[in-house]
Amino acid sequence: MALSTERLGKYDPNNPQENRVTDIGPRHFWQYFPEVIKNNYGKWAYHDILEPGIMVHVSETGDKVFTVRCGGARFMTVEHVREICDIADKHCDGHVRFTTRNNIEFLTDSHDKMVAMKEDINSRKTPHGGFKFPIGGTGAGVTNIVHTQGFIHCHTPATDASSLVKAVMDEVFDYFTGMELPAKVRISMACCLNMCGAVHCSDIALLGVHRKPPIVDHEYIDAICEIPLVTAACPLGAISPSKTESGKKTVKIKEERCMFCGNCYTMCPSVPISDKEGDGVAILAGGKLSNRMTVPKFSKVVVPWAPNNFPRFPEVVDYIKKILNAYSESANKYERLGDWAERIGWEKFFEKTDIPFSEHLIDDYRLAYDSYRTSTQFKFTQAAWDVSKKVGGID
Amino acid sequence: MAFEPKEEQKTINYEEARIYSQEELSNYTEEELKNYKIKHDVPDLDDLEKGPWPSFVTDAKREDLHRKKLNDERLLISKNCVEDLLGQLQLSFDHGETHWKHGGIVGVFGYGGGVIGRYSDVQEDFPGVASFHTLRVNQAASKFYDTNYLRTLCDMWEYRGSGLLNMHGSTGDIILLGTTTEQLEPVFHEMTHELQQDLGGSGSNLRTPSCCIGKARCEWSCIDTQDMCYELTQFYQDELHRPMFPYKFKFKFDGCPNGCVASIARSDMSFIGTWKDNIKIDQDKVKAYINGEAQPNAGSHNGRDWGKFDIQKEVIDRCPTGCMSLENGELKIDNENCNRCMHCINVMPQALRPGDDKGVTILFGAKAPILEGAQMSVMTIPFMKAEPPYDNIKDVIENVWDWWMEEGKNRERLGELIQRKTLQEFLKVVGVPAAPQMVTAPRANPYIFWKEEDVPGGFERDVEDYRSRHKR
Repeated sequence: MALSTERLGKYDPNNPQENRVTDIGPRHFWQYFPEVIKNNYGKWAYHDILEPGIMVHVSETGDKVFTVRCGGARFMTVEHVREICDIADKHCDGHVRFTTRNNIEFLTDSHDKMVAMKEDINSRKTPHGGFKFPIGGTGAGVTNIVHTQGFIHCHTPATDASSLVKAVMDEVFDYFTGMELPAKVRISMACCLNMCGAVHCSDIALLGVHRKPPIVDHEYIDAICEIPLVTAACPLGAISPSKTESGKKTVKIKEERCMFCGNCYTMCPSVPISDKEGDGVAILAGGKLSNRMTVPKFSKVVVPWAPNNFPRFPEVVDYIKKILNAYSESANKYERLGDWAERIGWEKFFEKTDIPFSEHLIDDYRLAYDSYRTSTQFKFTQAAWDVSKKVGGID
Repeated sequence: MAFEPKEEQKTINYEEARIYSQEELSNYTEEELKNYKIKHDVPDLDDLEKGPWPSFVTDAKREDLHRKKLNDERLLISKNCVEDLLGQLQLSFDHGETHWKHGGIVGVFGYGGGVIGRYSDVQEDFPGVASFHTLRVNQAASKFYDTNYLRTLCDMWEYRGSGLLNMHGSTGDIILLGTTTEQLEPVFHEMTHELQQDLGGSGSNLRTPSCCIGKARCEWSCIDTQDMCYELTQFYQDELHRPMFPYKFKFKFDGCPNGCVASIARSDMSFIGTWKDNIKIDQDKVKAYINGEAQPNAGSHNGRDWGKFDIQKEVIDRCPTGCMSLENGELKIDNENCNRCMHCINVMPQALRPGDDKGVTILFGAKAPILEGAQMSVMTIPFMKAEPPYDNIKDVIENVWDWWMEEGKNRERLGELIQRKTLQEFLKVVGVPAAPQMVTAPRANPYIFWKEEDVPGGFERDVEDYRSRHKR
């Protein structure tokens, strides 16, 4: 076999069905397992983290596999993948794997090979001094951020992804290469409420949000979109059919009903919603996926909006550091961020992180009442005194 | 043991397949890279080259330099596409808005998914990315590869596309970012014929299923996640490539309740490995943890001095069901009351293992917030054996799909349909009785929708008969 260098390859546009191969699915996984994995499939007994980013898994057969986990920007080039292949060819008999959180894992069957590989990997730096393959992302630390496309390749984002992730990971780098937090912290990033990144159960979620209602391209909408689809796209019925002065079909938007979800724009390009001043990043905290000790839970909005201050997002980074610092100082061993916040109470979360609480953080969508506190069990913080003062309860 | 592919897997040999020579692949020096500037002014992107974390900008500039130094006929799409992408990204920062147009119907013949059209709205300034479509490539289960495959994919994609990709997209595919409409069919042809590799899902299809690392390198996996993922992906190729659903549908396979692929939050049908017998205990190893000879939680917390390991405080008292105790130095577990949360197993992996009688718990209905708010999957089938070819599971899947295709509205995810139609109705579709495991608590309101057949005598009553006992 050889790849074709013909402009259209072996594809014949006049005869697209000829020799067409479809529905073959993915390649089979077994061929890609290193020998030590094949030999010990289903026989692993336990594992240990030898140092941040480096694990050994021990089989019932006595075999061991050493894994070096490296962070990666999920947006990468073939040149970078070729360098990954160079490492895999040199140290791992040509095998490599990627994790669900965009990390790269190099596996080998001996401690010595692992040590040599680690040295090689650590020596690979960019011309600007950054790591190409930072080793870490295991245990009680911050691992790689899963994220979406952002301005790189998406038509609906409210912020950018790759730059925000780079900005955050540069600042929390020591948590990636270390394991000093009370438990793992999973940060996830999605550029809009469509949430391709499904970040809604993360310890810390960064979410691009809009704050201005869509504008309508009145002269074009009827030609480009199905008006009934656009009106049906709004979960709150804020969009209704209308006519322009010249009698063209269009829609009108009840702005006070808009919750800025952007679903209308997903359905119709003639109602753009993005806006430089309006768009930004919401921060959610305290979600988790694992069933460990407590059940999986949603992340809660703790910062309704922070500015899209490209390229380094200092305000967002600052909030994240505040959350991580407070969590690191006060949570118990094994306690995930959300479990900590629930134990101390969210009122204490806001006090300890020094993040302001505002009415934007009180739910007013479906099932909102379930999140209202209907007990006298709360803790006094400054926020409570502010309420009491305002109503004349205290001086 | 070994798992067999559905069809023979073609051996890919990069040396035979390759497009670029070694000289072409090493056509620039570190020094050139260091001093390399793209033609657009991108101050914000330059800033993102600093700092310890891998810089996607530095990486992209490297690809741009490499492309620039290739001969023109060695690339089939614009030589400048990477540099133009960076230029457009800087402009997006300046404007605070994306510069990609809405969609565009492109694809490969016979498929309704796997390709996403993308066009720049500033094509005059950045002609290299005027049309810059995405292809989703169905990853191998749990994302193991060899370098023959990856290098071949890289050559193909650099030659026929931008050379930019995601390893991997959110759903699990390898994402190839950026090529022209002309090259979509040739890329697909090369992939299916030379790489024996199909596209993934997009649109109202079965989306590309994904799984955790499973038994390949994890002691906790209760199911063969890769095999289940592969088998169901292959079995439902039609559903994956041709839109026939109200909206997207995702399968994800987690080997245990730790949930490393997030199935409970991210899939319409979440498969989570579990066991129904007893946790296996090695009492000698329990003592090793107590005596400090083994590191708790496999060393996850070694970055800080948390003090000496205390099994009472760190394991027994943290058990959510309080089903553990230490009696005369022996760890006891009241397995009937264990809810398999994995905490004790995570903390003492050498001493505790999931039981031997394994299967899956199946949950339904997770989704991100659009539109009705985020939902997690609802525990519906507590335990099911999961053995190839998984016919029992396929039956469940097809019943659920039939109902959803019949009842679901346009862009209504399964979880939203369950919410609209009630869990009770969904249980009838799955064909299972109600069980207390499906709810966190019974309902608090007494508004029960009794059916006529629930009540002796039915709903038909005679008001005159009533009035014979009660005056008006």
